[in-house]
Amino acid sequence: MRVALFITCFNDTLFPETGRATVGVLERLGHEVEFPMEQTCCGQMHFNTGYQREAIPLVRRFVEVFEPYDAVVAPSGSCVGMVRDLYPMAADLAEDADLARRVADLAPRVFELSEFLVKKTGVTDVGAYYPHRVTYHPTCHSLRMLKVGDAPLELLRNVRGMELVELGEAEQCCGFGGTFAVKNAETSAAMLGDKIRRVLDTESEVCTAGDNSCLMHIGGGLRRLQAGINTVHLAEILASTEER
Amino acid sequence: MASAKETILWRVRRATRDVPEDERPEDVAVARGYRKEGEDARAEVVDRFAAHVAEYEATVHRVAEDDLPGVVEKILAGRGIQRLVVPPKLPQSWVPDGVEVLRDAARPRLTNEELDGADGVLTGCALGIAQTGTIALDAGPGQGRRALTLLPDYHLCVVREEQVVDLVPEAFAKLEEAVGVEGRAVTFISGPSATSDIELNRVEGVHGPRVLEVLIVG
Amino acid sequence: MTIKPPDAFSPGETPTFEASAKTSLADSQLRRNLGKATQTIRRKRAAVVEEMPDWEELREAGRALKERTLRHLDAYLLQLEESVTKAGGVVHWARDADEANRIISGIVREKGANEVVKVKSIATDETKLNEHLESEGIHAFETDLAELIIQLAGETSSHILVPAIHKNRAEIRELFLRELDVEELSDEPKDLANAARLYLRKKFLNAKVGISGANFAVAETGTVAVVESEGNGRMCTTLPPVLVTLMGVEKIVPAWRDFEVFMQLLPRSSTAERMNPYTSFWTGVSEGDGPEEFHLVLLDNGRTDVLADEIGRQTLNCIRCSACLNVCPVYERTGGHAYNSVYPGPIGAILTPQLVGIGKPGSDSLPYASSLCGACYQVCPVKINIPEVLIHLRGRVVRHKQDRGGLRERLDPENAAMRAMAKAFSDPELYENAQRLARVGQWPLVRGGKIGSLPGRLAGWTKVRDLKPVPKQSFREWWKEERG
Repeated sequence: MRVALFITCFNDTLFPETGRATVGVLERLGHEVEFPMEQTCCGQMHFNTGYQREAIPLVRRFVEVFEPYDAVVAPSGSCVGMVRDLYPMAADLAEDADLARRVADLAPRVFELSEFLVKKTGVTDVGAYYPHRVTYHPTCHSLRMLKVGDAPLELLRNVRGMELVELGEAEQCCGFGGTFAVKNAETSAAMLGDKIRRVLDTESEVCTAGDNSCLMHIGGGLRRLQAGINTVHLAEILASTEER
Repeated sequence: MASAKETILWRVRRATRDVPEDERPEDVAVARGYRKEGEDARAEVVDRFAAHVAEYEATVHRVAEDDLPGVVEKILAGRGIQRLVVPPKLPQSWVPDGVEVLRDAARPRLTNEELDGADGVLTGCALGIAQTGTIALDAGPGQGRRALTLLPDYHLCVVREEQVVDLVPEAFAKLEEAVGVEGRAVTFISGPSATSDIELNRVEGVHGPRVLEVLIVG
Repeated sequence: MTIKPPDAFSPGETPTFEASAKTSLADSQLRRNLGKATQTIRRKRAAVVEEMPDWEELREAGRALKERTLRHLDAYLLQLEESVTKAGGVVHWARDADEANRIISGIVREKGANEVVKVKSIATDETKLNEHLESEGIHAFETDLAELIIQLAGETSSHILVPAIHKNRAEIRELFLRELDVEELSDEPKDLANAARLYLRKKFLNAKVGISGANFAVAETGTVAVVESEGNGRMCTTLPPVLVTLMGVEKIVPAWRDFEVFMQLLPRSSTAERMNPYTSFWTGVSEGDGPEEFHLVLLDNGRTDVLADEIGRQTLNCIRCSACLNVCPVYERTGGHAYNSVYPGPIGAILTPQLVGIGKPGSDSLPYASSLCGACYQVCPVKINIPEVLIHLRGRVVRHKQDRGGLRERLDPENAAMRAMAKAFSDPELYENAQRLARVGQWPLVRGGKIGSLPGRLAGWTKVRDLKPVPKQSFREWWKEERG
């Protein structure tokens, strides 16, 4: 299978270690990973903030870059949600029937990492080792847009050495929401406060999730409080082995 | 100048320009994959009705047909009901001797003050719904007009076992003629009057009858 | 006494959601009341939905029935008018709030009444009917317990179903002691409800005119339905000799039998009950039973504008259950008043700006009052894709600013930043330059390996969170180095 890594602009710039981990996991499972250098951004921030005409060229670029691949994998439920759920709306807005057709063709081949591993390739044990106490926050877009269900938890349950602790009110939004965290900073902070309380209750060392955007928000709050709990992307836990 | 009706219809038509000219309402598919009729045995359905009515803090009794008058008499006496409203065409045998009967009729109708001053009302019903513990009144025989079951503070309602349907769709099917052909008013009653307006906790008893008692006759 | 905040449907400019949210977020009593109430109702709803094996099929049928109705609304409206008229009712059409109010006060004045009893109706809150009646010397008594509470308190609703959700029992007790002329009263909900019963009973018995909204109206038979709990709805629609019902044009369902869908979806979604205590279904006028005169006022007031938007149209599916409010993490924390509209919460965030029109700063802020978490869509009984409509409306807001805004809108820093970033993303080379620029540009802000405060509009982020600096090497630089 020709697998393309869609790194997402956010991870590319701010969380390169997540990208390296994603490549590591996929290659360990025998996939040949390619990284199309022409990729930039899926356009989610623009689209969701209302700058939708500005997002259309980014939609076109994404489709052109990733069309040739059998599968496109990204370590972000949110960006994959953009492609799968909102690209059709973008194509309608562009009044471009050809783009709409190509989006419909490509979108089902774009996967969030845990979804690709569990649902597409049927792997639940990636041979990872991670000797820490960890809690998992299901991000809204992976849960409710992509409906990845328990896929991330199935993967985490098979990580050796790890103690997985259930997060209370896990399905409640952490309050990130992209530009929401800036435009409605106070409300976002109120939501974050409750999420952090739940994370603290787990007495974990690490809080993980499938999206670095939510983790940056939760982690930024934890760090400000000197809570002593790190945030680590799911891919990095799955990439971790006894050797390293 | 165009009338409000003409303007609104024009706006609606302009707003739905995307709908093809030749599309008919029934062309918009409605998949009705939900349950239309229950499959459980009668006894189970009636049991469920009784259980669900009781969950609304209504009092439920199961009685045999022959025992009905005696049970009604005992219940009313126990509740201290003296002035009892009785709708037209309620079986005479249900009404005990010891109470003062306020009989409603087309002429003269009981006034709102008379109804408000009554202690309770005794009625039959159109049907009961087991799934939801609901009683439906359709102003048919033994039920009377709507105000009768509204102003008195106590409502004693007789439901025959054969009147109980299992699911909500069965109820609307049965009531279709009374509404569509005869234009009768229908009231659904599920437990006594209640409110959830204070801290979203349900409490019984606001404007409607504060006590609902149901006799299931079989 | 709280002063009524300006509302999206009143004249004048309303504050933005962001501005109003600040006030409610700081109110600890409100946070506690809301958190407790929404958590209770969420749990109960989940339990009664769980016991329905065909819930998803019912949702789909509800959605499809609404789609059918809306696509053929002109035909259904005419059919409804004919059915109601045949059943002895009178149908009126109102293009906007003023017209509806004038029709209603006209009917009330003709009957020589200076008081009316009212069942909770958001449509009449939208048209500001009570204020209009008051200006004509007619007092409207709200009879729903929560509506009575907020009417007595001089406040506005903060929840679609439970307008006084922001008040707890102690606050309600104090209000009743002050306003209802009672000497002694506990804070037990039962006693509070009883106080309302005694206060309103005489009003019900003597009212000449009752006013209601409508949950549904059946085109086929002309039957109107009011779904309620307390019995005040039955009182208002049964006892007064004249009944006036105001309903939005979208409240139509095609046939009587369609209630088999909606009367299953609505109670479980709204009060989390298998069935609500009372539902009244009436068809025009019934000889010797209930009102002698029935008037049905069909209200547009912006609804046809919602209908015209092919993505926004699904908003009109709404059956006002309020399940979306109860699961919304934003609503749970800010409460309903922050939305400055009679329609709060997620549904209000999409309905209000569409009804009043894009281009007003207050209501334009509403589509942004969401983290797009999608919990609302998951519970909506008629499958309104609220996140999709929110995003669509954000697009309309921005396009309206860009195309019709003045110089201020075009020079808006957000607009400039978004355009610059879109340009950078349009080409890998520009994109890589921007990445390098971010790495260099951040240095004045980095202290001790983190960014603790950001300037300008981004400052909100660092008020409560640290920001991680941009690392030395991007992923693509690593890939080039390792694999290139």
